[in-house]
Amino acid sequence: MVDIAVVDYGMGNLRSVQQAVRKVAPNASVSVTDDAKIIAAASRVIFPGQGAMPDCMRELDARGLRQAVLDAARNKPFMGICIGLQMLFEHSAEGDVPGLGVLSGEVVRFASELKDAQGNKLKVPHMGWNQVHHGDHVLWEGIEQDARFYFVHSYYVRPRDATVVQASSDYPQPFVCAVARDNLFAVQFHPEKSAAAGLKLLQNFINWNPV
Amino acid sequence: MLAKRIIPCLDVTAGRVVKGVSFVELRDAGDPVEIARRYDDQGADELTFLDITASSDDRGIIFRIIEQVAEQVFIPLTVGGGVREVQDVRNLLNAGADKVSINTSAVVNPQLVADASARYGSQCIVVAIDAKQVAPGKWEVFTHGGRKATGLDAVEWAKKMQTLGAGEILLTSMDKDGQKSGFDLALTRAVTDALEIPVIASGGVGNLQHLADGVKQGGADAVLAASIFHFGEYTVQQAKHFMAGQGIEVRS
Repeated sequence: MVDIAVVDYGMGNLRSVQQAVRKVAPNASVSVTDDAKIIAAASRVIFPGQGAMPDCMRELDARGLRQAVLDAARNKPFMGICIGLQMLFEHSAEGDVPGLGVLSGEVVRFASELKDAQGNKLKVPHMGWNQVHHGDHVLWEGIEQDARFYFVHSYYVRPRDATVVQASSDYPQPFVCAVARDNLFAVQFHPEKSAAAGLKLLQNFINWNPV
Repeated sequence: MLAKRIIPCLDVTAGRVVKGVSFVELRDAGDPVEIARRYDDQGADELTFLDITASSDDRGIIFRIIEQVAEQVFIPLTVGGGVREVQDVRNLLNAGADKVSINTSAVVNPQLVADASARYGSQCIVVAIDAKQVAPGKWEVFTHGGRKATGLDAVEWAKKMQTLGAGEILLTSMDKDGQKSGFDLALTRAVTDALEIPVIASGGVGNLQHLADGVKQGGADAVLAASIFHFGEYTVQQAKHFMAGQGIEVRS
């Protein structure tokens, strides 16, 4: 029996996610898998992602994993990371492709020619450690307000339903960097690369028992 | 607000971290895994490993090092040196690297940058540029560890790499590397102003003011240094404290 399935659809650095989960849950069995049956049987599912959204959607379908991910996102503790957050929405401006539509809203690109308050150019991708202003969801337990997490992305989510928003960050305008609904929690940053704060979030996810 | 990053750089050969002056005269700095853990404890924002092994026989060593570091250190890891094909990128990512740095091969075969970023995403493709000043306000790209002139203008080359899909530029001044007299700020400024993607300034750090200057005057998004950290002159914490004191946003 696999406790935690990390969905492998051929994109991104899944090893990092696996290593970080092993670190916070040394006794759990963690499987990086592209087998829909293992995903269906796992008690928790992590849906990571790196790269371009059109490629991620295509690879997910090529491996026949769409239904397994949709089912997991509806019925067991589920964590989306980076593109794994973006894919949950209805549509992405990256490649103008539809997403999985688990959450309503869209994925849009940071504007070009962004400037900070001092007039310095803000680069895209938004890359590095930014402060996360979080809500009161149980997964934030033990994580300081405005703790820094590691981001690397050029697109961000715009949920239509404001009640799903669980955190925001600023670049320079506020953008949503975490959402939650029922058994689902998803983040734009990389908890597996965010040192102590990231490991704490993953640990909280491992211990999470949503009703 | 987004923090400016401090990135200790580990030049690795034969399983050891070494540091040279202007790309020669190597000095031993210790065990890479141990050093990586130390910098993580000190609050490093990222780590860069450059495999400077001359012989391809020793290539396997860097994979084992990255595997060990990735099991213990949960911050982004960039690995460069000897990356020639998309398969090399894949192997390094599988070993635990988050980003792969491409230098000489980007010049020899620019399509590699396009192919690797199309396959794995531009977020994990760093193009390293070694540049040497050839005239006032003009810098040329060098390859093969700084031994070979290319005739390419560094600023134009950086723009081309951005267009091909690089997610970040690691910019090293060969004139400054190992000299401890500070970054080439004019070079850093010229490249960062020309690009939309982040630029890491590298080469020449001798004290903490140099790091702050790289951000404030050079406009760098991240600063990379090796010897000031390896030989115990400063910790990463001290560097951050100093930069914060100069009004630079850092991750404490």
